[in-house]
Amino acid sequence: MAKNFGLGPVASLLVQRIGIGFLLILAISALLFIGVEMLPGDFARNYLGQSATPEAVANIRKELGLDQPIITRYLGWLGGVLTGDFGQSWANKASVGDQLFKRLSNTLFLATVAAVFAVPISVGLGMVAVFFRNKLPDHVINILSLAAISMPEFFIGYLFIFFFALLLGIGDGPPIIPGSPTWSLGNVGLVALPAATLVVVVLAHMMRMTRAAILNIMDSAYIETAELKGVNMMTVIRKHAAPNAISPIINVVALNLAYLVVGVVVVEVIFAYPGMGQYFVDAVRVRDMPVVQACGMVFAGVYIVLNMLADVGSIMANPRLMHPK
Amino acid sequence: MSKELEHLSLMVVRGQLNRRDFIGRAAALGLAAPLATQLLSSTAKANPVKGGHFIMGLNGGESTNSLDPGVAATTVPQVVNFTWGEGLVITDPVDGSAQPWLAESWEASADAKKWSFKIRKGVTFSDGKALTAEDCAATLKRHSDENSQSGALGILKAIGQNFRADGDNLVIELEAGNADLPYLLSDYHLIMQPNGGFDDPASGIGTGAYTVETNEPGVRHLLKRRDDHWMSDWAYFDSVEVLVINDGTARTAALTGGKVHAINRVDPKTVGLMKRAPNVKINNVSGRGHYVFINHVNTAPFDNVDLGLALKYAVNREELVDKILRGYGSVGNDFPINAAYALFPDSIPQREFDTDKAAFHYKKSGHDGTPILLRTSDAAFGGAEDAAVLYQQTCAKAGIPLEISREPADGYWTNVWNAKPFCVSYWGGRPTQDQMYTVAYHSGADWNDTRWLRPDFDKLIIEARAELDQERRKQIYTDMALQVRDEGGVIVPMFNDFIDASTTKLEGILVDPSQPMSNGLIQCRSWLTA
Repeated sequence: MAKNFGLGPVASLLVQRIGIGFLLILAISALLFIGVEMLPGDFARNYLGQSATPEAVANIRKELGLDQPIITRYLGWLGGVLTGDFGQSWANKASVGDQLFKRLSNTLFLATVAAVFAVPISVGLGMVAVFFRNKLPDHVINILSLAAISMPEFFIGYLFIFFFALLLGIGDGPPIIPGSPTWSLGNVGLVALPAATLVVVVLAHMMRMTRAAILNIMDSAYIETAELKGVNMMTVIRKHAAPNAISPIINVVALNLAYLVVGVVVVEVIFAYPGMGQYFVDAVRVRDMPVVQACGMVFAGVYIVLNMLADVGSIMANPRLMHPK
Repeated sequence: MSKELEHLSLMVVRGQLNRRDFIGRAAALGLAAPLATQLLSSTAKANPVKGGHFIMGLNGGESTNSLDPGVAATTVPQVVNFTWGEGLVITDPVDGSAQPWLAESWEASADAKKWSFKIRKGVTFSDGKALTAEDCAATLKRHSDENSQSGALGILKAIGQNFRADGDNLVIELEAGNADLPYLLSDYHLIMQPNGGFDDPASGIGTGAYTVETNEPGVRHLLKRRDDHWMSDWAYFDSVEVLVINDGTARTAALTGGKVHAINRVDPKTVGLMKRAPNVKINNVSGRGHYVFINHVNTAPFDNVDLGLALKYAVNREELVDKILRGYGSVGNDFPINAAYALFPDSIPQREFDTDKAAFHYKKSGHDGTPILLRTSDAAFGGAEDAAVLYQQTCAKAGIPLEISREPADGYWTNVWNAKPFCVSYWGGRPTQDQMYTVAYHSGADWNDTRWLRPDFDKLIIEARAELDQERRKQIYTDMALQVRDEGGVIVPMFNDFIDASTTKLEGILVDPSQPMSNGLIQCRSWLTA
């Protein structure tokens, strides 16, 4: 553990990580800016598409200052962001901040609903699999979760739409547009099918990591002692093995939560759900720089924050790290 | 009842066509007058029903869309803009001719250089102001001036910038005569806005039958009917909602699951399956887009007219329409025009698949028997590679050795199309014959992808453009079509359909060859029954 500046291990980690996080986001914004610049065709040409005439393209470039050198444009954008102004979309002149908030809120809502189900189910199934290690329930859980992870998510989504929304009339098929306000109980039922799709997609990874981490611990001497003194097997897993396996589990959960936020583009498209992913892809297609940059920073921020939380969680779950000598 | 008749009778019901014209056109389609009258009365029973909330699920919408008509490029903004806004002219869904809309009539000088459009009176914008000729002149100015960012700038180049309001009239003076000016004004970018949209191009204030309530680009657009629209028998719904669903399967699910009433862009491969759904009907119409095999007529061996004819007779058009388009298209006749265009040269006989003739011309050409290389890629159109293989087989029956080269899709439009001497391609079609020939068959055109360099033909294009006598004009277009058909480098096996679908409760759908979703006007032309 590095110097802790007189703070506790958690606080010092937070301070360090937040500092590094800001530098990372800055670096990512520069990389993203250069990346978009390197894509063929600029905003003016891509936005007008087939009907672009040289005159109209030149007029758009002039208005947006695309004729300026890249450094000038990047610094101009950065100056705006530092004062809290994400600017306007070049394409439809709408405020990026407002649109981003709406889209991000939709995505976080869907991700949260999925996570609320996915995390307990996968950790629970992982424990059950350990309990029935190498018996029928373990095999069934393994086969089903491997099958789920092997199927592309659009296919699972289509299956759900077909069987539930169309055949059985349970749940809503596309398009799914959450009513306002987004965070309400009524919308939970609305997003049932896309959330279920996401649960299936992330379930296997978390379940198998839980299973592996606990199994690893189960081979330790102290578990054997617990078993020998006659403690019920499920209690051994719950009280003795799981707490010690929590660190790797927290890490894989954090990774999957990040995936739920930034990786749901496909699910958003097949359910026509107005989230961040679609917003980002549309902006990249026409090289709408202010939107691309803002989305990219939000995505990076989600990863950084979740990773930080995972590390904090790991420390807090480990008394040796929590109370260093 | 044939589709065309159905539409003709619908137009009569709506007052867009009078009975005498209807019977005349029905007769042209081979229907005797008494039958035509009977047909008319049965259609007239289908009275439009007012009210309801109409929901469309459409492909072609992005979060980057704007209500500024100048930058509309995809289907959703086109449909949304036609819901709140209107242009001066619309094209007739049946014969493709230019019809009055916000311009109530027009006249041109004998040389088609000076035009005067009479702007309809009593039309108001949704903010209550009356539409004036000044607004119209300003709109054209905004799309064409030196600061324009409009997608219509290319079209307006042909018009110039010399337009002005003269009382109730919009006067346009052209540098060179152009009989197609009204067609150019039917372009979907050219929606009339207060003060031409100079104040706020994306305000969504127009003369249309609905006003914008909610505008969430890439997600949904909600519009409500206004009661003071100038046109009766038009726009029956209380409200219209456009939902963006870019994924094809999701769109299909939305329609069959009853979440939307109509969708666009149905994949020909799944139309057959969709037809089986009990509550769904398919609305397809032959558009102007065509799939082509193109060769450079100034390059050996394609400079040999007989080899060209051999290659044309060796196409089994019916088979291609059947297998590539699953029947959702129509056969082409080796010139780039079909009946969706006004003044279609209907007297030209259809070229049939004929191995004997193909073999005859092939022998006559004296080709040395080396394989003829055709380049193809699915970048040209879905199924282009299969189409090339089918073509290869029919060529073989006539003894023509065709060799196929599959090219990478990435870069096909820069490396192969308009660069290599023989390849598969696609043309989206244009609103008028003049534009189609000008863009691809004029010696000076950048996209002259068959290297059709004939000064005489160029003269015909310009002569037809300024010709106001429709009979004479049609004659010129017939001559041009015959030249391209018999000597040109374009082989047109088929024109593809626009395939939309809707619930069976949606009535009065008028398919329109200009654009899908009844040229973006389905929300004004159709109605829902209980």
